[in-house]
Amino acid sequence: MNENVVLSLKDITKKYPGVLALDRISLDFLEGEVHALLGENGAGKSTLIKAVAGAINLDGGIIHVGGQNHHQMTPHLSRSMGIEVIYQEFNLVPTMSIAENIFLGNRVSDKFLVDYETMKSKTREIFKLFNVDIDPMTLVQDLSPAKQQIVEIAKSVSKNVRILIMDEPSAPLSVSEVEHMFEIINQLKQKGVTVIYISHRLEEVFRISDRVSVMRDGQYVATKLTRDTNRKELISLMVGRELKESYPPQSNPPGEIVLEVKNLSGNGNKDISFSIRKGEILGISGLVGAGRTELAMLLFGAAPIESGEIWVNGKPVQIHSPLNAIQHGVGLLTEDRKGKGLFLEMAVGWNISFPILRKLSKYGIVSAKAENKIAEHYRQRINIKTPSLEQRVINLSGGNQQKVVLARSLAAESGILIFDEPTRGIDVGAKQEIYHLMRELADNGNTILMISSDMEELLGMSDRIIVLCEGKLAGEVQKEQFSQDYILDLASGTH
Amino acid sequence: MKNQTITLTNLGAKFGTEMRKYAPLIILIGLTIFFSIISPNFLTSRNILILVRQVSFAAISAVGVIFVMIAGGIDLSVGSQIVLTNIVLSKLMVDSNISPLLAIPLTLILGATLGALNGFLSIKLNIHSLIITLGTASIYKGAGYIFAESRNIMGFPDSFRWFGQGYIGPIPVPIIVMVIMALIGSFILTRTYFGRYIFALGGNEEAARLAGVNINGMKILLFTICGFISGITSVLLLSRVFAGQTSTGQGIEFDCLTAALLGGVSFKGGEGTIFGLMTGILIIGVLNNAMQLASFPDFSQNVVKGAVLLASVGFDVYQKNRKAKETIARVAA
Repeated sequence: MNENVVLSLKDITKKYPGVLALDRISLDFLEGEVHALLGENGAGKSTLIKAVAGAINLDGGIIHVGGQNHHQMTPHLSRSMGIEVIYQEFNLVPTMSIAENIFLGNRVSDKFLVDYETMKSKTREIFKLFNVDIDPMTLVQDLSPAKQQIVEIAKSVSKNVRILIMDEPSAPLSVSEVEHMFEIINQLKQKGVTVIYISHRLEEVFRISDRVSVMRDGQYVATKLTRDTNRKELISLMVGRELKESYPPQSNPPGEIVLEVKNLSGNGNKDISFSIRKGEILGISGLVGAGRTELAMLLFGAAPIESGEIWVNGKPVQIHSPLNAIQHGVGLLTEDRKGKGLFLEMAVGWNISFPILRKLSKYGIVSAKAENKIAEHYRQRINIKTPSLEQRVINLSGGNQQKVVLARSLAAESGILIFDEPTRGIDVGAKQEIYHLMRELADNGNTILMISSDMEELLGMSDRIIVLCEGKLAGEVQKEQFSQDYILDLASGTH
Repeated sequence: MKNQTITLTNLGAKFGTEMRKYAPLIILIGLTIFFSIISPNFLTSRNILILVRQVSFAAISAVGVIFVMIAGGIDLSVGSQIVLTNIVLSKLMVDSNISPLLAIPLTLILGATLGALNGFLSIKLNIHSLIITLGTASIYKGAGYIFAESRNIMGFPDSFRWFGQGYIGPIPVPIIVMVIMALIGSFILTRTYFGRYIFALGGNEEAARLAGVNINGMKILLFTICGFISGITSVLLLSRVFAGQTSTGQGIEFDCLTAALLGGVSFKGGEGTIFGLMTGILIIGVLNNAMQLASFPDFSQNVVKGAVLLASVGFDVYQKNRKAKETIARVAA
């Protein structure tokens, strides 16, 4: 790292109707540094990226890059300055090969026809740099999210990237894949590329970044040298107050066995057995593709069971559909809130009451009064921040959307709650609330299965952890034995 | 500051949705005023009844069609179902000499069966209903032609005349049926849990499934309802035309779809009201009728109808894009 400023922002301002999304942000980025950008949801990180990438028009300020001052950026200008952005949603054509994707819109030679040979060899060159070995002619749709991300990075490298902006790059990756991504980032760094790294996961920020800047409510808060700061300081900078990141402990000893799974197979899982007691939070760990979500789907009746048994409250039950599962008191809070959980275009109240409409109906007619009462009850109970129950869910923040999903399962009186990645994409403050709610639910006699890729959350929240590896149960870990290394060993099948 | 922005953008969004809700009505009123000025015969009670009866048949079928559309599907086979059920009903009454009292229920059951087949195929083959019903439309229509044997089937009992040609007081029977169907449809969509499930299916099918809705059962049921309702239309139309012809009912799905889209029913599902649908139907009725009064040739009527459809759907999409941009802007902020 040296002190050459490659990108300098001065008083960047962006207004949206009724909100100042960016409020005179000034920030310098140095050549060859990994600069983490932190902030809660709504802090303005994404808007800032869009400003630099030229995706939005600025209302004020100067972007200094490549020796010139710009009052407005355009996507084209941004590209020509060597700025590339990898968004959370990849920008790849799934039905085309890796090489074609990398050189999409870039002619590699003067030949009239597509020059596959040059494309292939250039792709291999870049991959060699990253230490990966994938056939450049593989179709992108056949790649795992991690490999697709590598293709995205390769694409920007092929365009001579100088400043690479990565928005939540670790979200779709497993632990070992994140490690590999870090290696690639280090490679880029050595080549003098500046990496702007946006993530919710603080431990990653400490692992990879040289400096870290914090934003809050559209304003710049501070920039710190990563080695001179700590977790607590960053969190308090992000939320603007001292916030204890804490995991509420279990207060009651767990009760009788509520759910027992015996030799369950199906949906890619084989011969899974475990049990869980009333009031317990059971963590489910595993790498991406280990079958965690698949297991949840199986328990919830959303995928067919091939063999094995599920016992609820000491009796074997038949679960063939989500409706069966709900009737047996099992609730699922899916990892894909927006895609599979919520009716985004519908109102908050509409969403909460949905699974229990039949109960709220007489002769098929929904009682608006009963519906409102129950929705209002759960809105207050778990403190969903919304102007009204009529507000459409799409307008709520991620944390509040997650609460709507939770309210729905609670309204359905599900005693067994499966939380799949309960805090994905949720900011620090809302995370705490969700943790406390989960523990409170467990203390009140609910039983919770929690799938999480966030190791810290898993270790903090769980009373016991089961680890999956390639669709099989790799082990069960008691609270006394909790350690990240041990669980990772089990998850990667090396134990 | 955050709360303030939510309410502000809410106002904007609310104004947008209100506009969209009433845009069809404004178009309808505008057209009515325009035509009553250029043609003095337009706004007479006699002409209005003629106008409404003309579109009442499509309106009845359209109630079934929007059930399917709100759930995210589409039924292009409605007209062809009517072709087939029309011929079958004619032959039952004329060739087999079966009383309308028995022949009509049989026709309704046949309609429901044709609909159920659409639903069944779309879940079993797992192909979008647009393609399924395009295929079955051809099958149903072809079957109708085969049964008809190029005949014009005539000689129905006189008692059958009432359904399409009769009146209750001053009001033609098909209009009464239309109003009843609209009221029932609206009640189901807005007040019952079944109605909620329909919206849920169109809004987010996977979420509906995970919330415990039997989505395959729902789909079959909705297509069955749509087919049953088209059976009703078929009975009324046959009674009105009073001769079994393969031309009856053909292309009626075009009016159903146009009316639905004019009335703000989303092509992607999850959105729509009977009120909007009926407004859309009346817009078509006004255009048809006024252009007939002004003796426009038939094909120029098609041009106008097509243009109105594109204009209104274009407006709808424009509105939605604007709204989407606002949402993105807000989320980004």
